[in-house]
Amino acid sequence: MYKILKKKILNPTVTLMEIDAPFVAKKAEPGQFIILRVDKDGERIPLTVADFDREKGIVTIIFQVVGATTEKLNHLNEGDSICDFVGPLGVPSHVEGLKKVAVVGGGVGCAIAYPIAKKLHQLGANVHSIVGFRNKDLVILEDEFKVASDAFFMMTDDGSYGKKGLVTDALRELLENGEQYDEVIAIGPLVMMKFVCKLTKEYNIKTIVSMNPIMIDGTGMCGCCRLTVGGKVKFACVDGPDFDGHEVDFDESIERAKMYQPFERKAHEEVCNLFKKEVH
Amino acid sequence: MPNMSLKRNEMPTQPACERNKNFKEVALGYSAEQAIDEAQRCLHCKHKPCVSGCPVNIHIPDFIAKVAEGKFEEAYQIITESSSLPAVCGRVCPQETQCEQKCVRGLRGESVAIGRLERFVADYHNENIKTAAKAVQKNGHKVAIIGSGPSGLTCAGDLAKKGYDVTIFEALHLAGGVLVYGIPEFRLPKSIVQKEIDTLKEIGVKVETNMVIGKVISIDELLDEYHFEAIFIGSGAGLPRFMNIPGENLNGVYSANEFLTRVNLMKAYKDHNDTPIQHAKKVAVVGGGNVAMDAARSAKRLGAEEVYIIYRRSEAELPARHEEVEHAKEEGIIFKFLTNPIEILGDEHKFVRGIKCVEMELGEPDESGRRRPIEKKDSQFTIDVDSVIMAIGTSPNPLIKSTTKGLETQRWGGIIIDEATGATSREGVYAGGDAVTGAATVILAMGAGKTAAKAIDEYIQSKKK
Ligand SMILES: Cc1cc2nc3c(=O)[nH]c(=O)nc-3n(C[C@H](O)[C@H](O)[C@H](O)COP(=O)(O)OP(=O)(O)OC[C@H]3O[C@@H](n4cnc5c(N)ncnc54)[C@H](O)[C@@H]3O)c2cc1C
Ligand SMILES: Cc1cc2nc3c(=O)[nH]c(=O)nc-3n(C[C@H](O)[C@H](O)[C@H](O)COP(=O)(O)OP(=O)(O)OC[C@H]3O[C@@H](n4cnc5c(N)ncnc54)[C@H](O)[C@@H]3O)c2cc1C
Ligand code: SF4
Ligand code: FES
Repeated sequence: MYKILKKKILNPTVTLMEIDAPFVAKKAEPGQFIILRVDKDGERIPLTVADFDREKGIVTIIFQVVGATTEKLNHLNEGDSICDFVGPLGVPSHVEGLKKVAVVGGGVGCAIAYPIAKKLHQLGANVHSIVGFRNKDLVILEDEFKVASDAFFMMTDDGSYGKKGLVTDALRELLENGEQYDEVIAIGPLVMMKFVCKLTKEYNIKTIVSMNPIMIDGTGMCGCCRLTVGGKVKFACVDGPDFDGHEVDFDESIERAKMYQPFERKAHEEVCNLFKKEVH
Repeated sequence: MPNMSLKRNEMPTQPACERNKNFKEVALGYSAEQAIDEAQRCLHCKHKPCVSGCPVNIHIPDFIAKVAEGKFEEAYQIITESSSLPAVCGRVCPQETQCEQKCVRGLRGESVAIGRLERFVADYHNENIKTAAKAVQKNGHKVAIIGSGPSGLTCAGDLAKKGYDVTIFEALHLAGGVLVYGIPEFRLPKSIVQKEIDTLKEIGVKVETNMVIGKVISIDELLDEYHFEAIFIGSGAGLPRFMNIPGENLNGVYSANEFLTRVNLMKAYKDHNDTPIQHAKKVAVVGGGNVAMDAARSAKRLGAEEVYIIYRRSEAELPARHEEVEHAKEEGIIFKFLTNPIEILGDEHKFVRGIKCVEMELGEPDESGRRRPIEKKDSQFTIDVDSVIMAIGTSPNPLIKSTTKGLETQRWGGIIIDEATGATSREGVYAGGDAVTGAATVILAMGAGKTAAKAIDEYIQSKKK
């Protein structure tokens, strides 16, 4: 059992938890993820290691409540435990040797982008962060990003905070103004990553994306997380989750993410009924 | 006077039309009377051909003699001298190519039902005998086992009985390997596997789940930082293979590993479980081994109306256990022999809508001695399905190799060992089971675990001097 040491509500749908998991904390690197199971009938879901404290043996996760499992998780409190918590999984992000980088985060993807921005900053790189949210209420990790960035750009779809527009609008402006990046790192919804890649392709800037396909084991034994990169089949849980965005077949990944949609909606409603809550 | 009936006693089963809608065990096992009657068919041959057919050389006629006398617990003790998972092996071993193939009674009529008797004896013991585990004097030496499949469980059990402090590290959240995530409940009830693991825990074996060795801890760290004196790698062959044909990434195409993991390990077939699974109406399973049979029969139980097994050779070459093929047929699985898929077709939402196949014919035998299937010209046809399960084999996961310096493997990923001891190219590191041989059988994995346990004991004892 893995104890929840701290719980913090970041916005109405996003929660941060600190978990007592010394083995994971000891090895985790930015870009890696864990798989957890809330209870003994639970499913296994992947979440990124948002932060870690090796000495105290603590791992931070930040998750958005989108379905049955994240809803269940969100109902646990400090002092409660979760059943299974395994990691770190996947390959750490490559951050060495980068001098100037644009980190682009969309929504809860910012939780995945943040540890990478922080690591780059620690390594002395010049970090430009562009983060985007649907509206002001959904903003997370603003202060943390500011500390880790040399320049910071906040975008909201409806203009309720920061600048109105999409992250691609901000990135385009920077590129048009002649900013040169060694690399762009884009993390967020598939559609967002797809369009960031389309843009950076025009400028021929290497772009790394963090893919988030459906996973089960997360150790490479099932192929559920497969995607096509450069015409080859890769397993995101062992070969990724980071890939060269210009090589990824996004349209295929977008379709594959819909595999269990009807089931997920039903499961979510059931859990919400359990907790007597409205389904959003 | 032995029972000279040419036929073996039938084992009662759930009726096919009922069982293909539930996940309860199909074969119900012998009653005591049936077992005694069947045991009386054994001739107690002096040269014991059946024993040589058993990969771990169980003293078959001896245990059968005890069954014939109704001394079931004594029979159990004889089996467990050689085998550590009899309730499992009695259910899943391909006896028709092992002990029963060698049985003298099989020359005229049917061989003695050795597997069914083994199963009966093990079940009898598990239900009736509650012996407290014998306390073993600890010898103060630590051994780590990677993987909790049959090879790891066997190795752990043998070492613990010798007094070693044994820890099993398992990547998944439940121990058992293929016995829990691969082979379905209707063939191997999970309570039986759990019982075996509990027995190991009683004799002091520690089981650490959620530990992916190579990620969470490396082999070198186990040796240097955690001070294990020897390691056994029993990590299996869990990496699924795909065919690399168009359409394999469509929604509704599963590897058998994914499908069976969802069904068995995650219990996706139960209504109130969180893990989803597609309840397809028409399913094609590609392959002809046990994995294919298990996937097909599971799909049927999830409510599929038509389930096809697509196999590129003929019925005679099917590698699956004979009994499972029979059960699959009774349950209404449709076999398409000499058929090979060339493309999976999708609809506009990228969900599977069909599988395009060609007919095959058998040519000359290949290196394995089996006749090579060759494509027939202009024989394309399409089967309408909404799900495809690929069960065409697996290979060892490269994770351990890629994170362990100096661990030599074959080009296809199998760990290279000294067959007599299980020793790998790294001192103190042993390996066995599917991780070495590629996908094989439960009993061979157990045998490898035993061999390695013996060698590990000798290695640690020799170091002491
Ligand atoms: C490597 C990796 C890292 C991830 N890191 C984080 C993270 O740090 N924080 C976070 O909030 N989420 C993260 N995700 C996504 C997270 O795993 C899903 O949100 C979660 O599995 C949803 O579970 P659920 O049962 O609550 O919802 P479900 O009922 O399973 O799904 C609800 C909705 O979410 C979509 N969905 C399902 N699975 C995924 C998935 N794997 N990725 C994206 N959308 C999905 C479904 O299409 C559906 O619309 C990560 C995913 C991967 C693969
Ligand atoms: C669906 C199916 C049906 C089968 N039916 C039969 C049958 O009827 N009869 C028969 O004889 N054989 C059958 N087999 C084959 C048989 O199950 C295997 O040969 C046997 O289980 C191999 O045992 P093993 O100990 O080598 O590995 P496995 O049983 O594969 O166990 C390996 C374990 O190691 C764990 N692991 C892997 N990597 C790591 C790591 N890095 N760190 C920690 N743990 C790790 C895995 O999670 C797994 O639990 C079947 C196989 C399948 C898949
Ligand atoms: S070969 Fe058959 S008849 Fe002979 S001892 Fe073995 S089981 Fe009995
Ligand atoms: S999640 Fe199973 S292989 Fe990646």
